[in-house]
Amino acid sequence: MIKLVVNGKNHSVNADPSMPVLWALRENLQLTGTKFGCGKGLCGACTVHLEGQAVQACATPLAAAAGKPITTIEGIGASRIGKTVQNAWTLFDVPQCGYCQSGQIMSACALLASNKRPNDADIDAAMRGNLCRCGTYNQIRAAIKEAAANLHVRGV
Amino acid sequence: MAQPRKTGTTRRSLLRGSGAAALMLSFNLPAGAARVAGSKAKPRPQATGFAPNSCLHIAPDNRITIVCASAEMGQGVHTSLSMLLAEELDADWNLVSVVQAPADPGDDHPMLGPQATGGSSSARGFWEPLRKAGAAAREMLVAAAAAQWQLSVETLRTERSQVIAPDGRKLSYGALAAAASRQPVPANPGLKESSQFRLLGKAIKRLDTAQKVNGEALYGIDAQLVGLWVAVMARAPLPGAKAKAFDEAAAKAVPGVHQVLSIPSGVAVLAEGYWAAQRGRDALAVDWDLGEAAGLSSAGISEQLHAAAATAEAPAREEGDVREAAAAGTTTIAATYEAPYLAHACMEPMNCTAQVRGDEVELWVGTQSQGPQQGNTLATNKLAPTRLKVNTMLLGGGFGRRFAPDFTRDATLLSRLSGRPVKLMYSREDDMAAGYYRPAAVARFEAALDAQGLPTMIKADVAAPSLMAASGFMKLPPSGVDAFAMEGIADHPYDIANQRIRYGRAEPGLQAWFWRSGGHSQNVFFLESFIDELAAAARQDPFEFRRVLLSRQPRCKAVLELAAERAHWGKPLPAGVARGIALAQCCGSHVAEVAEVSVAADGALKVHRIVAAVECGLAINPEIIRRQIEGGIAFGLSAALYGRITVADGLVQQRNFDDYPVLRMHQMPRVDVHILPHREAPGGVGGAGTAALAPAVANAIFAATGKRIRSLPIEPELIRAA
Repeated sequence: MIKLVVNGKNHSVNADPSMPVLWALRENLQLTGTKFGCGKGLCGACTVHLEGQAVQACATPLAAAAGKPITTIEGIGASRIGKTVQNAWTLFDVPQCGYCQSGQIMSACALLASNKRPNDADIDAAMRGNLCRCGTYNQIRAAIKEAAANLHVRGV
Repeated sequence: MAQPRKTGTTRRSLLRGSGAAALMLSFNLPAGAARVAGSKAKPRPQATGFAPNSCLHIAPDNRITIVCASAEMGQGVHTSLSMLLAEELDADWNLVSVVQAPADPGDDHPMLGPQATGGSSSARGFWEPLRKAGAAAREMLVAAAAAQWQLSVETLRTERSQVIAPDGRKLSYGALAAAASRQPVPANPGLKESSQFRLLGKAIKRLDTAQKVNGEALYGIDAQLVGLWVAVMARAPLPGAKAKAFDEAAAKAVPGVHQVLSIPSGVAVLAEGYWAAQRGRDALAVDWDLGEAAGLSSAGISEQLHAAAATAEAPAREEGDVREAAAAGTTTIAATYEAPYLAHACMEPMNCTAQVRGDEVELWVGTQSQGPQQGNTLATNKLAPTRLKVNTMLLGGGFGRRFAPDFTRDATLLSRLSGRPVKLMYSREDDMAAGYYRPAAVARFEAALDAQGLPTMIKADVAAPSLMAASGFMKLPPSGVDAFAMEGIADHPYDIANQRIRYGRAEPGLQAWFWRSGGHSQNVFFLESFIDELAAAARQDPFEFRRVLLSRQPRCKAVLELAAERAHWGKPLPAGVARGIALAQCCGSHVAEVAEVSVAADGALKVHRIVAAVECGLAINPEIIRRQIEGGIAFGLSAALYGRITVADGLVQQRNFDDYPVLRMHQMPRVDVHILPHREAPGGVGGAGTAALAPAVANAIFAATGKRIRSLPIEPELIRAA
């Protein structure tokens, strides 16, 4: 049994330690907000936070995540940054098909946690691992800037 | 997807519950006629067997639910179609929600025939039927209020889900719902003038955003069933390929693997979950008999296309006399263009969950073709229509790929064979390498210019696979001209007296399929690049050159002028930056795009900005339109810069996003979309933005470097060679 701490809750998962975290989240814990896109860490649809860092759940084995705090799209709204980013996404109606957006939001939250005033180059660097086929990149950029501004207004 | 629609018929029964508290109105969309049912139940009460496909439900608490037949794949159709109905209903938009209709064999798409979502046809097809449905419900609510107040209907008005009497008394739609459900359904309700619209034309927020930012949205891949097995397949790499041998024991040795099944389209490994199934699939080590495709290569495909173009003879357009005109011209220009096969690369890999129990089948699937899939499933499983239920889930991208039958067919078969509910999931590699593709194509052009530089003649011979034949639901017409292979060229808008445009069919062997904007995706690149070549040969400005040839096409001319104006066409740009322009008419919409690009010394291309002008008839929701055009531009730019499916030894070589790259955040240009107001019925906007992108960028590269791009994707080496 592998111990997982997801969105603040403890779980025990009976699975191969080499299995990627993605499948434990989606199939064992029924947390389907984290998406499967490529299985190779190339598209970012499965981005979650492991100890606060954005990682690709499809390329992170359970063994590497055991006992460490994992945050998914289902739990990110509990944090101030997460809520602010989700609100900005909503304000700009960012999603089209929406399939990549869980991962986009998780990458954006990780960026804003480490960089309170990201410029365009910072956003490019932090978001280049997250693909979107609907072409929402400009709205994602605008929403990140909006969220950054709102996080400032309400003070840190 | 231009299949002529059959006359709509409905098999729905009329339900009328006594003492009903809600108004439920279902409507036969093609005919625009409606049926009413009173019910206390929520929409879609399964127990009664009353399952209207597209319907409106007004609850006593004033909540309005619209059941939408079209699938939501990001295009905003759940929002924009709901707006059509809500407008004529005079609904309070804050009380409106939308749910997805399951497939219903009684429901047809007004344009496509069977229930389906594709070809940028939703707004066009449902424009009138959904407004009539809303108007019919409104008249019934007004009639109910008139009866209660003993007033004539003419004295009453409606606003924000209320009927209002001359003296100011108000009745909410919820309070009237029960009485309204007993009113006769008006056969031909009156519709508003566009000047009376309160919702249409406004940038209303999407109805589906909240669930897409918190992880709650459910796509096909998220279907959950008790006892579910996950299937991953080694898919036959090309049509006709068969598994000669595979290592079943090795697959079964993977912990969690339950079963290995060989079916016509490949070998499936069924397991506890995806990880075990995929590892089992990898252990199969399938030895494929590729059949006729064994020696197929990209070079061979290209040869077949060039040969078919050289012998093209199916007449798509013939005007005047091209030989005489050619002889009379002072300058003759000829060029040959080529485009590759392309994958759709939807973010959500193909998948379908199926549960077969005896003579019952239930599907959970993100599909663009609810009707055709249902028909296929009924036929192949010999089911009675009432024994099949298709639950349309959200689509993680469609772009035409989810119109295909493979994932539904195979999931159903695997569930039948295993006796289990099965979720068939494609790995990204199988989605990419054993898929359905935008056809490769070749176009040979020739044109003549007179002494003033005006074109007097154009010839085009186009070779491509037939999508009509590939579709399974269309046939090539007797003329032999495939409508999709020719759209964007045969119907070009330019005023040239002598024309001969022909189609030559080539079928290299990959499974050809619809892709965002259909044949326009390559043909508009071919044509608009060649028109640019003519402008250059005539030593004229490419915008002015087109403008002169569009004197009889006011809608095309207007968007061309708007794009040029907003892009400051002709005004100076920063050093090294150049503009290109292109025009597309697609799915009832007109789009012009101006690309601003620069090319570095090493050939590195940067696309700085795209200015797009769109005229799509009445703009139902301008923000959704802008996003569709911008998204189409991003999709087109991925293809123009990187998109290429190649074949070696009968196998597609691309596997994942590392060898089939698509646009990333840092490569996305600024996009400005300008909508030209119009009062015509709406056109589709899913494809138009994509079609004009590649030629706008290629023409800008010509302006920057003098190098003409005649094949896609754009090769940095070709630009560097300039």
